Amino acid sequence: MEKTQNNKAWFLVLPVLVIVAFSAVIPLMTVVNYSLNDTFGNNEFFWAGMEWFEEMVTSDRLHEALGRQILFSAIILAIEVPLGIYIALNMPKKGFWASVSLVLMALPLLIPFNVVGTIWQIFGRVDIGLLGHYLAEFGIDYNYTNDPLDAWITVIVMDVWHWTSLVALLCYAGLQSIPQAYYQAARVDQASRWAVFRYIELPKMAGVLLIAVLLRFMDSFMIYTEPFVVTGGGPGNSTTFLSIDLVKMAIGQFDLGPAAAFSIMYFLVILLVSWVFYTVMTNLDKEEGK
Amino acid sequence: MSQITLKNLAHSYHANPRGDHDFALKQMDHVWQDGGAYALLGSSGCGKTTLLNIISGLLKPSQGRVLFGDRDVTDAETAERNIAQVFQFPVVYDTMTVRDNLAFPLRNRGMDAAYIKARVSQIATMIGMDHILDRKARGLTADAKQKISLGRGMVREDVNAILFDEPLTVIDPHMKWELRTQLKQLHREFGHTMIYVTHDQTEALTFADKVVVMYDGRVVQMGTPEDLFETPAHTFVGYFIGSPGMNILPAEIRGSTAHLQGAAVPLGAAYGPITGRTQIGIRPEYAVLTEGDGLPITIRRVEDVGRHRIIRGEVAGTPVNVIAPEGMAVGASLTHVRFTPERINVYADDWRVAPAGGAV
Repeated sequence: MEKTQNNKAWFLVLPVLVIVAFSAVIPLMTVVNYSLNDTFGNNEFFWAGMEWFEEMVTSDRLHEALGRQILFSAIILAIEVPLGIYIALNMPKKGFWASVSLVLMALPLLIPFNVVGTIWQIFGRVDIGLLGHYLAEFGIDYNYTNDPLDAWITVIVMDVWHWTSLVALLCYAGLQSIPQAYYQAARVDQASRWAVFRYIELPKMAGVLLIAVLLRFMDSFMIYTEPFVVTGGGPGNSTTFLSIDLVKMAIGQFDLGPAAAFSIMYFLVILLVSWVFYTVMTNLDKEEGK
Repeated sequence: MSQITLKNLAHSYHANPRGDHDFALKQMDHVWQDGGAYALLGSSGCGKTTLLNIISGLLKPSQGRVLFGDRDVTDAETAERNIAQVFQFPVVYDTMTVRDNLAFPLRNRGMDAAYIKARVSQIATMIGMDHILDRKARGLTADAKQKISLGRGMVREDVNAILFDEPLTVIDPHMKWELRTQLKQLHREFGHTMIYVTHDQTEALTFADKVVVMYDGRVVQMGTPEDLFETPAHTFVGYFIGSPGMNILPAEIRGSTAHLQGAAVPLGAAYGPITGRTQIGIRPEYAVLTEGDGLPITIRRVEDVGRHRIIRGEVAGTPVNVIAPEGMAVGASLTHVRFTPERINVYADDWRVAPAGGAV
C-alpha cells in the first residue's frame, strides 16, 4: 500500500514544546544569560564571559558549602537507607496493622517542608520546645542556635524523621512483590535469616532501592527549606548548604552573575552525579545477567 | 528416608471453620510407603498443594498429626524435617551463579567442600547444565531456571522425601519428557520417597507407581494406574482419568441388571440392595457400537485422533463416548451401543459399590 506523506502530525508536538519552553528552557536560558553578563539592574548587561565561573570555581565559600553538602547527603543516606530497609522488613505484611503502619509511615511525607522546619524549630527550642526543654532538664547541654554540632544533629534528625518513610515505603513495595515460594524454598534449603535477606530480599528490592537512593540523594543535595527555617544556615555558616548559600548570594547580596554561574554548576553536578549513579547501577544489573 | 503417615489430618484456611466446606483438606488417614513414587493428581483447587505443604512443614495443619517413621513431626520446622521441595514456578537465587544455587542447600547444612563439589557437578550433568555452572542465574530462561530448582531439590542425598509441586508446568514438552525420565531414573537409583503433584494425568501415570487422586479436599483413591483405570473408586476418578473419561449413566440396580430408561443392561456381578443415587460407569474403551444389540444411541460427532476414533453420542439424554478402532466403518446402521458387562462399575452417591459376591 502506498503510504501518504503527511508531516502535519508534528504540529501535535507543539503544545508540549511551548509548555517545556516556558517552564524550563526559557528560565534556564535567563540564568545562563545572567551567568555570562554583569548587570546593575535596569536590564543593562555587560559581557563578562567566563569571569563568574572562574570566580566561583576558586571560591572558598563555595568549596566549604559543597563540602558541607556532600557530608550532609552522605550522612542522611547512610542513616535513611539502612533504617528504611530495616523498617520495611519489620512492617506487618497484611491485615489491619499493615494498613495502620502504612498510614503512619506516610504521614511525615504529607507535611509541607516549611511546616516540618517549624515543627522542629519549636520542638528543639530550649525555652519552650518539648525536646530542648527536657534535654536541658536531664542536664544535656543542647542548643542548636549556638552549637554547630547540635545544629547538625537537629537538621539530620529532622531529615531522617521526614524522609526515612519514603525509603521504607519503596522497600516495602519491593518486598511485597516477592512471591511466597521464594521464602518457602529458602526454608526448605535451610537458609539463615541473613541469607534470605542477602539472596532473596535484597536482590528483589534492588530496583526500588536504586530509585529510593537516587531520590534521597537529589533531594538532600538540594535541601533548602527545612534547615533554613530551623537554623537559617547557622550558627555561623555551619549549616549553610549549597542552596542556602545560593539564595544568600542571589537575593541577599544581589550578586546575580556569580549566583547564576553557581546555580548552573550546581545543576550540572546533580545531573552528573545522578547520571553516573544510575548508569553504574543499571550496568551492574546487566553484567549479572550475562 | 522414612514412611510418611498422616493421622486424622485436616486443614482449613479459616481461623474458625464452620462445617465441611470451610476445610481445604477434609479429614484423612494415609500412609505413604518409604521409597514410593507417588503422584498426587487432581484438578486445580482440590487441595493438592495444601497437602504437599503440610507434609513439608510449610503449613501447619488445623488438626491431626504428620509422622515420619515413628517420629511426630507435626510441629517440626521445614528444615528439621529434611525435605526437598520443588515449586511450580522456578525459584532461583538470582545473584548467585548456577553452581552456588546448586550448592546452597548443602552449604547451609555444613557439608564438606569436596563432597559439595563432586555432588554439584554430578547433579549439573544430570540436568544438563554443567557447561554454564559459573553463569549468574539471573537472565536464564524459565525452563533453565526450573532445571536449577529441580537440581537444588535433588542435590541432597539424605532427604526424607522429595516433593514436586507441578514442577514441569513451565518446561517445554520435549524437555518435560526427558526430565521426567530422569526423575524416574533418580528414583530407581536412590529410592527416595517422591511425591509429585500434577493435574496432568499422563504425567501422573508415567511417573508414579501409585497415583493418589484428590477431589474437593479428599483423597478419593490411592492406587496403581491400572486400578484407577479399571475400578475407579469415585465417579470423579473415572471422569478425570482416561481420555475421554468414563461414561456415567444414571441407572437402577436390581441384582445383576441395571435398568436405564426401561432398557436392561447386564452387569458382570450381582449387587445387594443399594441406597442413594445409583449410576453405572463404563469406559469408552469397553463400549461397542452395534446394529441392534444394547442401548439405542444417537451419534453426534466422530473425532479421529489417529490411533482410534472417538464417537460422541447420547443415550437417553446422557452423553456417552465410545472408542472405535481405526478403520471401522461408522455407518447409519450402527444405532446401538453395548457395554462389556465385566467392565461396568456401579456407583452409589458417586462412590463405587463392590459387588455382593465380594469379587472385584
